[in-house]
Amino acid sequence: MHFDAESLTPLYQQIADAFADGILSGAFAEETQIPSTTQVAREYQLNPATVLKGMNILVDNGLIEKRRGLGMFVTPGAQAQLVRQSKDLFYSEQVTALVTQARALHISKTELLTAIEKGYAK
Amino acid sequence: MTELKVTNVAKHFGRKNVLNGINVTFTDGQIYGLLGRNGVGKSTLLRLINNRLLADRGQITLDGASVVDNEAAQNRIFLMSAEMLYPAEQKVSWVFKITKQLYGGFDDALAAHLVSVFHVDTTSRLSRLSTGYKTLVKLIVALCVPCDFVLLDEPVLGLDAPNRHLFYQELMATFTDRPRTFVIATHLIEEISQLVNQVVVIERGVVTLDQDADELRQRGKMITGPAATVRDWLADVKVLRTTALGGMLAAYTLDAPLEKPLPAGVTMEAMNLQQLFIELTREEEGSHES
Repeated sequence: MHFDAESLTPLYQQIADAFADGILSGAFAEETQIPSTTQVAREYQLNPATVLKGMNILVDNGLIEKRRGLGMFVTPGAQAQLVRQSKDLFYSEQVTALVTQARALHISKTELLTAIEKGYAK
Repeated sequence: MTELKVTNVAKHFGRKNVLNGINVTFTDGQIYGLLGRNGVGKSTLLRLINNRLLADRGQITLDGASVVDNEAAQNRIFLMSAEMLYPAEQKVSWVFKITKQLYGGFDDALAAHLVSVFHVDTTSRLSRLSTGYKTLVKLIVALCVPCDFVLLDEPVLGLDAPNRHLFYQELMATFTDRPRTFVIATHLIEEISQLVNQVVVIERGVVTLDQDADELRQRGKMITGPAATVRDWLADVKVLRTTALGGMLAAYTLDAPLEKPLPAGVTMEAMNLQQLFIELTREEEGSHES
């Protein structure tokens, strides 16, 4: 994990994204405990309030849950939920960006589709 | 809620007015970054709070009671400053012991941990310590006192990069274990930018900025692109500074009009805390006093 105070993305969002990536990749498996606020704050020299704010985004999204006296755990179904969300995001953002950029470079729809097929052929 | 409140505080030295009506409130469980150019009076403010100096006017109160000549209040405030206030012939272990007596408490377990992390020889006399180790001893004391308000004036003076890194880690660990207020005055802004949650800037003797660090980081933007387009997009907001490179213009602002779409060919980047500080406290051309 790496956190960049200079990024346009707020630090707490970066923390949420990093944990979401960990859940998506399976590094933080469902029903297992994720590192505590203290551990993350200490390891990455981040203000614990910032770390907590990031984790709360995941709590609000239902990806992690607090178990009293035990810590934060990845919820069952969190990975599948993230895959769904990432797919939606891929269509709504990356594909749109790709098309916009292709238009700016005067790449036609047919050319773009050919390029995507070539990409799959590799 | 516990709060340390500075109201309209002024202080002059000779004919120079250093502080000119400072207003700031430090609340519990926060880490403040106290920033300001050289000679702006950061240390003076901290020394006033710790009763090492007396203000010309204004008030400094802890939970409503003046901190001046108030032993109970001062027992809750600790200032780590550049001076070494302990006799040079004493040993490190004596410093820990005397601190415990003075403040009525000392986190021995944490001290032992920090001594081992930083490889401090507690049997060494203070006079034999290097600059870096003198700083480390003072830092250990600052983290182990039972005070609610810990003021750190240039806390990493003389520390090498690995020790600074370790110190920031230990600071975050002890802060999480026992939340209290830290006020950190430093010039190494980049290093503390993700530790602090509130930023206070002093300029010309007054507080000119007092803001949540996350919000501040989100506000600072650098907009780059064709000069006319950038100027047009930023027409209605305050621009801190612009730099031109041929037809390209880079503009720094805290008030980017994010409600308008970013024009084609224009990019927006974040400003880090250090860049923000430089732009905010930049003296007007020719007005810089020597």
